[in-house]
Amino acid sequence: MSNHRDGISRGQIWFEALTGQSGLVEQAPPSVRCADITFAGAVTRFLAVVPDPDSRFPRARQGEVGLEQGWTLARFVRQAIDSDGDGARRPIVAVVDVPSQAYGRREELIGIHLACAAAVDAYASARLAGHPVVALLVGRAMSGAFLAHGYQANRIVALDDSEVLVHAMGKAAAARVTKRSVEELDVLGETVLPMSYNIRNYAKLGILHALISGVNADAPGAADIERIKAEVTAAIASAKSGGTGLDNRLTSPAAHKVRAASIEVRRRMAEQWAAP
Amino acid sequence: MTAAVTDLDRLLSRKSFIELSARERTKALLDAGTWRELLGPFDRLHSPWLEMQDIVPQEDDGVVVARGLIDGQPAVVAGIESAFQGGSMGEIAGMKIAAALDLARQDHERGIPTRPVLLLETGGVRLQEANLGLAVIAEIHAAIIALRPHVPVVGIIAGLVGCFGGMSLAAALCSHLIVTPQARLGMNGPEVIEQEAGIAELDASDKRLIWSLIGGEQRAAVGLVDQLVEDDADAIAEAVRAAFRAGQPDSYRSQQIPQFLARLVAIDPALVTDGPALRALWGKGEQA
Amino acid sequence: METFTFDYPADQKATARAHVGVVGSGDLEVLLEPSPDQTAHVRINTSVDGYGQVWKNVLDRFFTRFRKAVRIEINDFGATPGMVALRLEQAVEESRQ
Repeated sequence: MSNHRDGISRGQIWFEALTGQSGLVEQAPPSVRCADITFAGAVTRFLAVVPDPDSRFPRARQGEVGLEQGWTLARFVRQAIDSDGDGARRPIVAVVDVPSQAYGRREELIGIHLACAAAVDAYASARLAGHPVVALLVGRAMSGAFLAHGYQANRIVALDDSEVLVHAMGKAAAARVTKRSVEELDVLGETVLPMSYNIRNYAKLGILHALISGVNADAPGAADIERIKAEVTAAIASAKSGGTGLDNRLTSPAAHKVRAASIEVRRRMAEQWAAP
Repeated sequence: MTAAVTDLDRLLSRKSFIELSARERTKALLDAGTWRELLGPFDRLHSPWLEMQDIVPQEDDGVVVARGLIDGQPAVVAGIESAFQGGSMGEIAGMKIAAALDLARQDHERGIPTRPVLLLETGGVRLQEANLGLAVIAEIHAAIIALRPHVPVVGIIAGLVGCFGGMSLAAALCSHLIVTPQARLGMNGPEVIEQEAGIAELDASDKRLIWSLIGGEQRAAVGLVDQLVEDDADAIAEAVRAAFRAGQPDSYRSQQIPQFLARLVAIDPALVTDGPALRALWGKGEQA
Repeated sequence: METFTFDYPADQKATARAHVGVVGSGDLEVLLEPSPDQTAHVRINTSVDGYGQVWKNVLDRFFTRFRKAVRIEINDFGATPGMVALRLEQAVEESRQ
């Protein structure tokens, strides 16, 4: 069985695969999908940003996070915070496949930075309020779009797939700016890990909770979907048992190795903080 | 004395904040004689990634964190030095800011009312440290949101670099955001938009247009920042003190979701393409 | 990027340290601090390759008048020799305050 249909984004494929297209919360705009479903025995809110070729804002038609997407993500997340009481904070799962933030003149004028900040604020507030927040990377997790949709999660899990990538700048643009070829950029990423476009190198930074191999990311079968459901369930459980901060990103063995400088900054600043 | 002469006197007695280095800016905001730098250049915490790419590092990685007093109260000021790598956020630069904010929060949890100020002059992520730059910016966002309920987080964009990329989100998360007329605040720089979307979308060389879209005066006129202050070190320091005296805002702009969604619905994207058009909708008198 | 190191004899003790400049276009960062031995040590990281002799000339000139045992570290981003000399003087001045 294949769920793959031409022109359907990874984000949409996995959103539909995990929610079974049930529990949909009203859609406005159509580029932000939200569903509440019973997942591993608990009501769980799933969110995805998907392409909308008819978007009122032309620069946000291919799954980018723009003005409407930022504010709408914020609304759906905030809605969960406001309607849940302590003790029954529903898990929130961000299904991440965002090619970029929307690059446009109107977007800047009208304040895309604030729209994305509103989404960041909502996700972080949900985490601090005790909602287990999980980001599932099924496609691109690029730059400001990932900041707005996923990077505030307690736990980040990713499919081990060549089209799943985290980066601050598109590959072609990065090659231009650093005066390198795309091939040279790939070679560089093997030694300068934060420059890499390969999700396996991203995993070496210690930020990922899990990197999941052996799953068909484009056309997940029933076994693939069950596998990912189990991984998301485990990530939710892990989030529940941990703190509400992002400290866990610096505690893994991988972080101790590659982010030693980050850990050193925190340690030495704490030493110098109080007056001598 | 004529008004013109008074203005001239004021102009001549003014000490530019923009012309100060990040280190001098942090000094200008703290009470005289109280400045003390943390993780300064002699601590030699420079980027582990730049030299691997044949780029000369700076010993403070372009961020100055200073403690001292503001209005007699404990404070921490984190200032980004835009002359080094465009004020870009690398692993260490960003982590210095995140760590300072987290330590300020820990102070509040122990009853110490530390006041946080951020000087945001940055192009965003440092491309040479791409994914770690992005990661620390997410950690800065998290730290601002966790600290904000305890004490206002005051942000300043003075210029001339402006505040872009993921750090523009950090600016938008500040409890009180101060800009000068020389500041620019946007998520994507004009050059990036022209590159990605074409010159028909935005001509990055049209400076007048750029200022009308994202300049400090425009941002203040449409209520996307809290305060517009002239480029004067004393005036900016006073604005910071006043912001802490005023205490917590009634609400955070980043949480005014129904208001901004209603505003978006009311906007015709075909018509609202320049500063004056947005001012007509959101300008003075119009409330979010 | 290129790195150079130079040593000069010193017969005076340095007491304070100083930091001036920024690693920005046409500028440099200078860190000056006391050295425990009887020598002045200079280490230069520069973004512009192939100017070792120019650096030596600037430093030779500087150390004809400066005799303190210091450790100087320079991070250079394409400064002119004049700018380098100016920053060194500023560092010395600041270390006196």
